[in-house]
Amino acid sequence: MTVAALEVEGVGHRFGGLAALDDVSFRVEPGSFTALLGVNGAGKTTLFNLVTRLYANRSGRIAVRGHDLRRTPRKALATMGLVFQSRSLDNDLTVRQNFVYHGALHGMSARRTLARADALLERAGVADVIDRKVRTLSGGQARRVEIARAMTHEPSLVLCDEATVGLDVKSRRDIVAHLHDRAAADGIGVLWATHLIEEIGPDDPVVVLHRGKVLARGTGREIVEGQGAEDLAGAFLALTEASA
Amino acid sequence: MTGWIVCAAGVIWRETLRFVQQRERFVASLVRPLVWLLIFAAGFRSILGVSIQPPYESYILYEVYVLPGLCAMVQLFNGMQSSLSMVYDRESGSMRTLLVSPYPRWFLLTSKLLASVTISLFQVYAFLLLAWFLDVRLPPWGYVAVLPALVLSGLLLGAIGLLISSAIRQLENFAGVMNFVIFPMFFASSALYPLWRLAESSRTLEWVALLNPFTHCVETIRFAFYLEFEPLSTAATAGALIVVLGLAILAYDPSRGLMARRRGGGRP
Repeated sequence: MTVAALEVEGVGHRFGGLAALDDVSFRVEPGSFTALLGVNGAGKTTLFNLVTRLYANRSGRIAVRGHDLRRTPRKALATMGLVFQSRSLDNDLTVRQNFVYHGALHGMSARRTLARADALLERAGVADVIDRKVRTLSGGQARRVEIARAMTHEPSLVLCDEATVGLDVKSRRDIVAHLHDRAAADGIGVLWATHLIEEIGPDDPVVVLHRGKVLARGTGREIVEGQGAEDLAGAFLALTEASA
Repeated sequence: MTGWIVCAAGVIWRETLRFVQQRERFVASLVRPLVWLLIFAAGFRSILGVSIQPPYESYILYEVYVLPGLCAMVQLFNGMQSSLSMVYDRESGSMRTLLVSPYPRWFLLTSKLLASVTISLFQVYAFLLLAWFLDVRLPPWGYVAVLPALVLSGLLLGAIGLLISSAIRQLENFAGVMNFVIFPMFFASSALYPLWRLAESSRTLEWVALLNPFTHCVETIRFAFYLEFEPLSTAATAGALIVVLGLAILAYDPSRGLMARRRGGGRP
């Protein structure tokens, strides 16, 4: 078995008396675009906060490229790229300055960072915005910049938390296609948290998360067949209604 | 090791860049102490006598007496401004970029602190230059000798800002900091009046001032300006720095601190 880009085993998390995550387990393979599908409040963001160590993981095990997040957090975080649900770029700086700052936080010199930034922005189709202040970018441009920035330090795992929320259909489709391409070309594992079923292809691995529990795992096609549904939306509704 | 230096330099560079872009912040950092120096000190010169006391060897003008306190005030406001900036970063989401860096959190927060000190030094020396042009002058070598004292006090006041930023959930709550942190720290200290003056009016106030870390920042700076070392104040400032920075690092620890107890009410 290959080393997973991300391995989550029996992870739970509570906020006081409320169980936000309960015994969550799944893998993200290198080169795959894995969708974490769930409605708002399913626990997707909590899971992201645990994987990124913004919350402390107390139960279960999380490993990135084999690096245990609790035992070797530096190695685990160094190999992870992140795109958060809301913007995390510095609005007062230019795109170039945001890249330099991000690179520095990963110990990369400005020269090395900018050499990568040019290529990454080019691939993301936003090379022309490099000297613009972030606050002047459109939502779609900012998202593409964030995705490009997340790959600056050559991660083996990219986490995207509802990264297309608020974008138009074309921007959403382009961003999803771009990440599929990057996963296939660079062997990066992508974990794509979403509640938008149309962003998931039939061959994409899918983890269905509902009220903090994993209800199903498999490709989109397998989940549809397993539920005897017509499409993924039908399968998702069948799964979530059955668990209610 | 290079990566650590690059990371710390990157954090300092980013904060400096933001400061350079915020001209109003720089102007405000100069206007505030200048108002005290030109208006308050000029008015109080005739009322408040300052007797000869270490480190002074002769009678001095009240403007000269308050200068170290005003330098510390610049650093105090800068520390709180950095705290405000941390809260803003948390609300806008850019704080997460910092917190998910692979470098340890204590290191990232200390880098933030160093950035805050760098900016405060720039502000203090700009203020001292203006004061020099206004004929409020100190011994020439004092401007060099005071640098370590300014770094120490800047670290402490910045660390207080860091600690406060971990406890504040929203920018709107920041006005309370002005009322409950900045003003009491500044007024209940030796910045504006010598401790013996405070003791004359109230022994309790004297004790409050003695326990106030800002007093020790001011005295460390005051003695350094006259090429003297004040061990008690320096030790008190350094001790307070260790405690406050330790608490701030703990507060930002995802498994133990205040950030861990939050949910929903403010992003991590």
